[in-house]
Amino acid sequence: MESDQIPESGVTTKMPPMNESGQASKRPLTIGNLVQMIFFALVIRPFLALFIGLRVSGRAHLPESGSFILIANHSSHLDTVSLLSLFPLNRLRRIRPVAAADYFDRNKIISVLSRTLFNILPIVRKHITAENNPIRQMRAALEAGDSLIIFPEGTRGSGEEMGEFRSGVAHLLEKMPEACVVPAYLINMGRSLPKGEFIPVPFFCEIRLGKPLKIQGNRREITALLETAVRELKDAVI
Amino acid sequence: MLNNLEPITKMGLIVLAVLVIASTVVATLSRIKPQKDYSELASRVWAWWIMAAIFFAIIVAPARISLVFFVFLSFWAMKEYVNLLKTRAADHGSLILTFLAIPIQYFWIALSPPWYGMFIIFIPVYMFLFLPVRLVLSKETTGFVASASQIQWGLMAFVFGLSHLAFLLTMPAPAGSLASGRTLVLFVVFVVEMSDVLQYVWGKTLGRHKIIPTVSPNKTWEGFIGGIASAILLSLLIRFLTPFSIGETILVSFLITVAGFCGGAVMSAVKRDFGVKDFGSVIPGHGGMLDRVDSLCYAAPIFFHYVRFYHY
Repeated sequence: MESDQIPESGVTTKMPPMNESGQASKRPLTIGNLVQMIFFALVIRPFLALFIGLRVSGRAHLPESGSFILIANHSSHLDTVSLLSLFPLNRLRRIRPVAAADYFDRNKIISVLSRTLFNILPIVRKHITAENNPIRQMRAALEAGDSLIIFPEGTRGSGEEMGEFRSGVAHLLEKMPEACVVPAYLINMGRSLPKGEFIPVPFFCEIRLGKPLKIQGNRREITALLETAVRELKDAVI
Repeated sequence: MLNNLEPITKMGLIVLAVLVIASTVVATLSRIKPQKDYSELASRVWAWWIMAAIFFAIIVAPARISLVFFVFLSFWAMKEYVNLLKTRAADHGSLILTFLAIPIQYFWIALSPPWYGMFIIFIPVYMFLFLPVRLVLSKETTGFVASASQIQWGLMAFVFGLSHLAFLLTMPAPAGSLASGRTLVLFVVFVVEMSDVLQYVWGKTLGRHKIIPTVSPNKTWEGFIGGIASAILLSLLIRFLTPFSIGETILVSFLITVAGFCGGAVMSAVKRDFGVKDFGSVIPGHGGMLDRVDSLCYAAPIFFHYVRFYHY
């Protein structure tokens, strides 16, 4: 369904070389970046360590530099926050959680906060044109050396059961077969802070990271492989 | 103030000696029997060093800092318990209230002694009455009784029970004694924890006859009697922390070690019910915070009310 909406014409032909060295993170710090770093150091990290008691397994699977796509199941606003907390502060500005513009731009305050504190890459979910094509935006971010956090379910699920993956990541990988994908499975986030609630209950949450993948194939195969990679982490005994 | 510090320093040296002995025993064991793996035991003893250091820091710290520590202790214990509950989506609001009750319970202690009455009824009366009302507001009746009971039970055991230690800490010296609230906390925690360790040691070496095999197969009569008897002997060594006579020390130590055993047995049953071995993994070799303070949840209120009734 979604695949029909994405125009193919807007894709650029010239491809700058992928940034493997991570040297591109020498992009100058903006005030917004600093605010984000301070916010994570003083609020998010203590909150996740002392209140949520976040546990992480497989941290070594995260590439130490270069751009990659982090995919995970989605059930809570804690998901993005926890995944961002995996990275060193000086790398935060290179990590872009891909987020629905219609949700995060619903008012001015949320729009500014989500861009500053979480550095989101806002994408449109409806009325896609060549200019606002999400695949192009994501590709441009990756080519500039940024990494993406994508929730392939497309929205927060209501329970602990993971929804079906959409084909967005597959579209992206079709254009960039060399891109590296890291699967993650998030546990208890939706129990701590479910959809519609604003105060979290301190259930222990966990992030399970899997081995980085390079995936090729058609869209359906890629989507199925990604979903399997995340599901396997769910069932893994750690 | 100075004569309060003296028994605490003395106690610090005793605990240091116990830890040095424990570490020496482990080092010797692993040298005599290199084929056996003592790394689990070694990490357990190492964790005791850390816990003892933190605990002494809390004992000598200003009362407010000690209270913050106890808030965190109760919070983490409650968190480990709630995490294992089969909660419903409708419980969200009352769980928030439950965790909010923790700093409030310790706030009454900060206001003590005139707020003793509030401290002692806040959870058993007000939270007990109000939590089910919050659950009613969620409009979900399936599983209502289970939710209301489980949450209140946790509050009683891990917040109300443990907060007695913190209240004791803020109490002044009993009439005509060098002891103080702080030294009494040292006494009860040392005796109960030593009793736990000694019950384990006696049980491992001589244990044959199981007390409650379906709940906790590691608890044996030999461990129970040996552990409690040797903990009582040790308690006589640290009688200087208390206003008790020799006979009274034996009686009180008997009370709190048996209460501690009951606490451990109850929490074992809870773990069995949840199908887990430990409540968590924050303390290397020990499991979760709850695995370490389970006996104190029972011993602290018993000790507190004994002391308050007979010595204040």
